[in-house]
Formats: sequence, C-alpha cells, structure tokens
Amino acid sequence: MVTSGTAVVTLPSETQIQITREFDAPKHLVYRAWTTPELIERWWSGKRGEVIVADVDLRVGGSWRYLMTANEGYEVGFHGEFREIVPNERIVNTEIYDTGPGTEEAQGLEPAVITTTFTEVGGRTLLTQTTECHSAEVRDMILESGMEVGMQESMDRLEQVAGSLA
Amino acid sequence: MARAATTTDAFNAVAEPRRRAILEVLASGERPVNDLVSALALAQPQVSKHLRVLREVGLVEVRSDGRRRLYRVNGRSLKPIHDWVRTFEKTWTQRFERLDTVLEELEEEEGDGIDGD
Repeated sequence: MVTSGTAVVTLPSETQIQITREFDAPKHLVYRAWTTPELIERWWSGKRGEVIVADVDLRVGGSWRYLMTANEGYEVGFHGEFREIVPNERIVNTEIYDTGPGTEEAQGLEPAVITTTFTEVGGRTLLTQTTECHSAEVRDMILESGMEVGMQESMDRLEQVAGSLA
Repeated sequence: MARAATTTDAFNAVAEPRRRAILEVLASGERPVNDLVSALALAQPQVSKHLRVLREVGLVEVRSDGRRRLYRVNGRSLKPIHDWVRTFEKTWTQRFERLDTVLEELEEEEGDGIDGD
C-alpha cells in the first residue's frame, strides 16, 4: 500500500518554486522512471491528457522535450537542455514553456533552471525539485502555465472557496 | 479569517464569475475593452465596471496606446490567489500518483529478476 500523499509546493523566494514528494521506491528506480521516455509517457501528463512526445537526450548539453495533448484538445509542451547529470542523484536542466515559435525571444524569456535531487532514506526516495526563474514575473508565468492547464478546475475551486467566505 | 468587505481585496474581486472571465481573457495577453466586450458578450458599461474593480485591487493594469486603453493582468497581485499554486500542486500530485504506479511495476520487475540492469 502506497500512501505517498500530495506533492508539496512551496515558494522559497521571489524567483523559486520548490516541489517535494516522497516515493515508496529506491532512488535508482525513481531516477529511471524520471528519465526514461517510455516511462515518462506513462506519468507526466497526470490526469490532464496524453503524452505525445517525450524526447530525452540524457547527457550534459543534451536536450529534452515533452509534449502532451490535454483532454480539452490543445497541446502543452516544455523543452530544455541538461546542464548537469549525476545518475541516480541529481539532474540540473533548463526548462522553457512552449509558447509558439519565436515568442520566447520576443518576450525575452530566460529559461528556468531546474535542479532535481533524489535522496534515499530507508528504501524510500525523497524527490526535491527546485525551479529557479530569471525573475518573479517568469516564476509567476510558470505557475500560471500550471494554472492554465487546469484553469476550469481552479476556477471551480475558487468559486467554492469564495462562496464559503460570503 | 476575516476578509475585507466586497471588492476591496483581490480574492473577493475574483469571486465574481464575470471578473474571472475577464481575467481569463486577459491571461492570454493585453486587450482593449472592446475585445472583452465581444469575448464575453457583455455590455460595455458592465465590462468597464468590472475592470474598475479589478484595477482597484491591482489585479488588472491599464496603459494608453494612442487612443486605445489596453488592459492586462498584473501577475504579482495574483500572488495571494496564487495559493492557487494549489492547481500547480495538483498537477504534480496527479503526475506523481501515476509515477507511483510505474515505480511499483519497476520494483516488481526487479524482484522477479527480469530487470535488465
């Protein structure tokens, strides 16, 4: 029985997002599931849709790209480059939200830099992912991109919360 | 926790469905009021009234572009509502739940000695 609970998201500073989660598995398996395309295809879209691209060139300077079709029909994609790889321990990569050709440059967006660490304690693995953004605005955009994917849900939730305050 | 009455904070301002609809439209970029009128099928005075509320709480900013006034979302003021970081969190929670299933299978494979490593 796995009772791993929810992802815990915190905002350690104006420009950071941190996600932590414990897994009931040793770190080499978490690392494998995290970096192997056929396995990424099975989890990365969550409940939001289907993964249609999971390209991973797992070496320093290698690039990666994930693309999913959301249940609502539109595509959501991210891509970036690996900067540091310590197998089973730590990955540092860049990440850019696909906003369409040329728009990154137009908006002057710097990629976010994501550090993911895998720490094993007693056969369980703590995954910590820290996203360092170029600015608070970029960080907010990343959070909003998550928001966009689940916009309707969040609006429904917000409505409930707001209703309970009335 | 007590909250300011009616429309004086961001949270209450977005409790109104039409104001949320305005934010959704503006989330995709700066727009003049006419775009909002047609996107939301509301009368212009109504849209203007909602925009005024959204501006008062700092959720929306406006700038002039020649004769037009362009409205945009102010990401920073969304911060308190960004406890709708929760949506982001939910996305990851759902990913991790699927990852749990993948990991269970990988562990079984290893246990069966058919792991290739």
